[in-house]
Amino acid sequence: MTVTELVSYEDALAAYDPVMGLEVHVELGTKTKMFCGCSTALGAEPNTQTCPTCLGLPGSLPVVNATGVESAIKIGLALNCEIAEWCRFARKNYFYPDMPKNFQTSQYDEPIAYNGYLDVDVDGEVFRVEIERAHMEEDTGKSTHVGGATGRIHGAQHSLLDYNRAGIPLIEIVTKPIVGAGEKAPEVAKAYVTELRELIKSLGVSEARMEMGQMRCDVNLSLRPRGVEKFGTRSETKNVNSLRSVERAVRFEVQRHAAVLDDGGTIIQETRHFHEEDGSTTSGRVKEEAEDYRYFPEPDLVPVAPTRAWVEELRGGLPELPRVYRNRLREEWGLSRHEMQSVLNAGAIDLITATIDEGAPADQARKWWMGELARRANEDGVELAALPITPAQVARVCALVKEGSLNDKLARQTIEGVLAGEGGPDEVVTKRGLKVVSDEGALGTAVDEAIAANAAIADKIRGGKVAAAGALVGAVMKATRGQADAARVRELILEKLGVEG
Amino acid sequence: MPGITREEVAHLARLARLELKAEELDHFAGQLDDIIGAVARVSEVADQDVPPTSHPLPLTNVMRVDEVRPSLTPQQALACAPAQEQQRFKVPQILGEE
Ligand SMILES: [Zn+2]
Repeated sequence: MTVTELVSYEDALAAYDPVMGLEVHVELGTKTKMFCGCSTALGAEPNTQTCPTCLGLPGSLPVVNATGVESAIKIGLALNCEIAEWCRFARKNYFYPDMPKNFQTSQYDEPIAYNGYLDVDVDGEVFRVEIERAHMEEDTGKSTHVGGATGRIHGAQHSLLDYNRAGIPLIEIVTKPIVGAGEKAPEVAKAYVTELRELIKSLGVSEARMEMGQMRCDVNLSLRPRGVEKFGTRSETKNVNSLRSVERAVRFEVQRHAAVLDDGGTIIQETRHFHEEDGSTTSGRVKEEAEDYRYFPEPDLVPVAPTRAWVEELRGGLPELPRVYRNRLREEWGLSRHEMQSVLNAGAIDLITATIDEGAPADQARKWWMGELARRANEDGVELAALPITPAQVARVCALVKEGSLNDKLARQTIEGVLAGEGGPDEVVTKRGLKVVSDEGALGTAVDEAIAANAAIADKIRGGKVAAAGALVGAVMKATRGQADAARVRELILEKLGVEG
Repeated sequence: MPGITREEVAHLARLARLELKAEELDHFAGQLDDIIGAVARVSEVADQDVPPTSHPLPLTNVMRVDEVRPSLTPQQALACAPAQEQQRFKVPQILGEE
């Protein structure tokens, strides 16, 4: 295998125009599978949630889950799609042990929802992503590969299958080719998946937790030379499973395609694997043609024909959509569009809202999640929500600051302790001895010492140069190792020197 | 009459994971060609005004309520598995040395 030297992102964009297609699979949060009554509860022992239908045993017959169809229609409506008056399921035939039936029940040329769009915010501007279709299908089983070097399929001696997940309802949402994003293609891709996740969550049809595999993204990307109308050959990067990875995968593929094309090479239409460690992709199998799946209408299921009355009833019951909700929050929190977008991109909206619900002021809640905590999440390469600190704990830190027991610096150390697993905020404060020195006697002594050691400055202050007090405050803070309330220190200094603040 | 070529039969056999000998490819190509030809003749009679039938019953919207039903026990589920390990179905190597 030859390793192609990547072209810099800027050079790639100067020569080529990226075209993207995003396919997102969402696992619905129904109680049962799409075509049988097996439970979908997470964390069950292997093969405890299967039945003759989802195992594909002879003589079994599937029956459609009404809530699955309802969820699909809700998603379609929220994506401004048309809802099919009549549509069927189809068998997608392939031999792979993750589906015991040797086919996946899906929809082919008759998706339940089609022709929609989703508006997303990118850099304070609205970018419209057109939706080709949203269709119903089922998830596959889970394989464990044994005997390979790192649990990968390559080099494995055999594989073990757990079919608990086989048959869980999935909705696949496919965009039309996304053109016109230009250099912002990675941001647009991330913003789209972010917005879609928010939308799905707001509909209550799935928790859409990417880290749990409840939402998975395939990134199709091609480049065309600037000024050329025709799309280039695309690669399909599978299972890009975090918002950050979506952005990285697009960026990497832009740079890789450009390198291949610059070399006079051709892009092979193939699936590629994304690697979280370094954000790269590597070649997977050469893509089978659609006709190789030999789709045909599923004879064991009858068509789904949602009545217009039902569709309208569902439309009437749609919740406030995330962009509308966000605008409302934005006004409540007094943020600019740009600031609000950062909050969204950081995945911090729910966290901040929850922190406010726990009693923290909006500005404080945002300050911690978007400052210290966002920095830590970024450093550790994890989603903000994955940090080992809860909104209630952040709210408690805010409360400790408000009552004066912690200053900013100590609050940061407290959060550090919570993240390090030392316990809740109160526990960390006790264990680390992080309390603002409020003992007036000790503070008074520190102030006296600072005045004595800096006689010249003290004289200036006595003479009316109140601004010079900062130097003495600094000296006291240093002496108390930052554990004093700076405002109180200043008051004491001015008091002792007989000056009005 | 557009039939089916020997190469297409070989391709389908590969997709269906069937190992066919050279003479079998010729044999099945002929047989499948007959079947495709017969279906094509029916298609000629059934013009645009006759929609294809995917289901014999005029039913739509047969759905069930989202309520959990008992599943099989893992012992029952695995009862017919040719091989098992760690309460999972054990299958041969998936990717061959290609
Ligand atoms: Zn089942």
